[in-house]
Amino acid sequence: MQENSPRAPMIQIQQLSFLYKDMPLWIDLNLTLKAGLVTCLLGPSGVGKTTLLRLIAGLITLPSTTPSITADGNPILPSDVAYLAQTDLLLPWLSALDNVLIGTRLRGMPSDTMTKQAKSLFRRMGLSHALHQYPHELSGGMRQRVALARTLLEEKSIVLMDEPFSAVDCITRFELQTLATELLRGRTVLLVTHDPYEALRIADEIYVLAGNPAQLQKAASLTTKTPRALTDVELIQYQAILFALLTEAKHNS
Amino acid sequence: MVIGLLVLWQSIVWIFQLPSYILPTPWQVLQIGYQQFPLIMHESFITIIETLIGLVLGSVFGCMAALVMVFFRPLALWLFPIVVISQTIPTFAIAPLLVIWFGYGIASKIATTIIMLFFPVTSAFFDGLHQTPAAWIDLANTMGAKKWRFFYYIRIPAALPYLASGLRIATVIAPIGAIVGEWVGASQGLGFLMLNANARMEIDLMFAALFTLMLFSLSLYFLVDSLLQSAIPWQKATSFNAHSGSIHKP
Repeated sequence: MQENSPRAPMIQIQQLSFLYKDMPLWIDLNLTLKAGLVTCLLGPSGVGKTTLLRLIAGLITLPSTTPSITADGNPILPSDVAYLAQTDLLLPWLSALDNVLIGTRLRGMPSDTMTKQAKSLFRRMGLSHALHQYPHELSGGMRQRVALARTLLEEKSIVLMDEPFSAVDCITRFELQTLATELLRGRTVLLVTHDPYEALRIADEIYVLAGNPAQLQKAASLTTKTPRALTDVELIQYQAILFALLTEAKHNS
Repeated sequence: MVIGLLVLWQSIVWIFQLPSYILPTPWQVLQIGYQQFPLIMHESFITIIETLIGLVLGSVFGCMAALVMVFFRPLALWLFPIVVISQTIPTFAIAPLLVIWFGYGIASKIATTIIMLFFPVTSAFFDGLHQTPAAWIDLANTMGAKKWRFFYYIRIPAALPYLASGLRIATVIAPIGAIVGEWVGASQGLGFLMLNANARMEIDLMFAALFTLMLFSLSLYFLVDSLLQSAIPWQKATSFNAHSGSIHKP
């Protein structure tokens, strides 16, 4: 899939401030998402992680005329990103295959090539038997895999994920993390998660957003190959630091 | 429950010694129903045709009105108040006018039925088209969806469970519309038969016609309900999790 995708850009967030119900969620936030790498964002609930994702995706328009969020210097449009939400958002009236192809249908560009690519993705993800099944006939893990396939077929170089694996059991989550890491390699990814192990397994960089107004703190910069094993040296090295940071963040919020 | 009600009915007639022109016994109603079976069937056929045509046309017009109001927003600003105002006029009040306009035949009864069930269908579908979960709208935006395609692939299917609720209400109302039309001015139909039987103090025949109408209305409701359930199998799953999946929270 990746070979057809456009080159992954670097995303820069500069001096971003945002008010929610007249209260500042954060003031002058700065963050750089390195091109082609996975950045994870952790932090307590209500701190504005999802809002940040929506802002990057262009789903919330900022009043200022100067863009404070850019991809390689250009403003980001919603159609530039692929979004994977906490819930799978599968359309219950469409089969798994049609759900994965929904983007091409919505743009009015369905093609045999895309259908072939979708079927090939299903095979890679071990979902071949589910092609024509409807979402209610699939397990939670399989539904999330279909949602991941839909995100991948979009062939966007920017992928934003909002706690995508939080609703599945621990083992399925582990498998999905491995699958997602392999399939998303080379794209610029921002993953919001509550699970520090998830961040430590798949992230190249980890940030913690906490406080009121929230401040961003870089927690880790990892270099070993992803997805990391639970025995990975860096994973073990950073887990204590990350837990300490998250405990502090919880109390400060 | 049915047997209990029949026993209660029979007991009331016996205890109060009611004459058959006030309240006939269930047995008398059954007897007249058997004797007048061809007549009741003939009149029922007319009412069924009026109800079905009224239900289909009313539902189609109701859906079209909702779609027009959603697609052309400025039109909704003046069309919706007109639709609401039309519902504040009692159908009984305008039914005689419909008879003058459309005649004593089935056309005026179909018109009464359409007027009565038009609003629940429009209102339910219109509401449904405005209840598309925010998370699906966001997803479509990130996919660069074209407006009409978004309507066709997401907004309309997502509104179908709401439309189904409107159609269920319309199905219950449709036979009432036809009967109201027949009461105001008709020469055939179950409503006409009931009115005539009542005037001639043939209360047993009136009850037989009434039960036939109930039987038809119930059968129609269950038929429409099962059709809707098989056509929209996801309606039970619609409360799924798109709402909780909304990415509007901070």
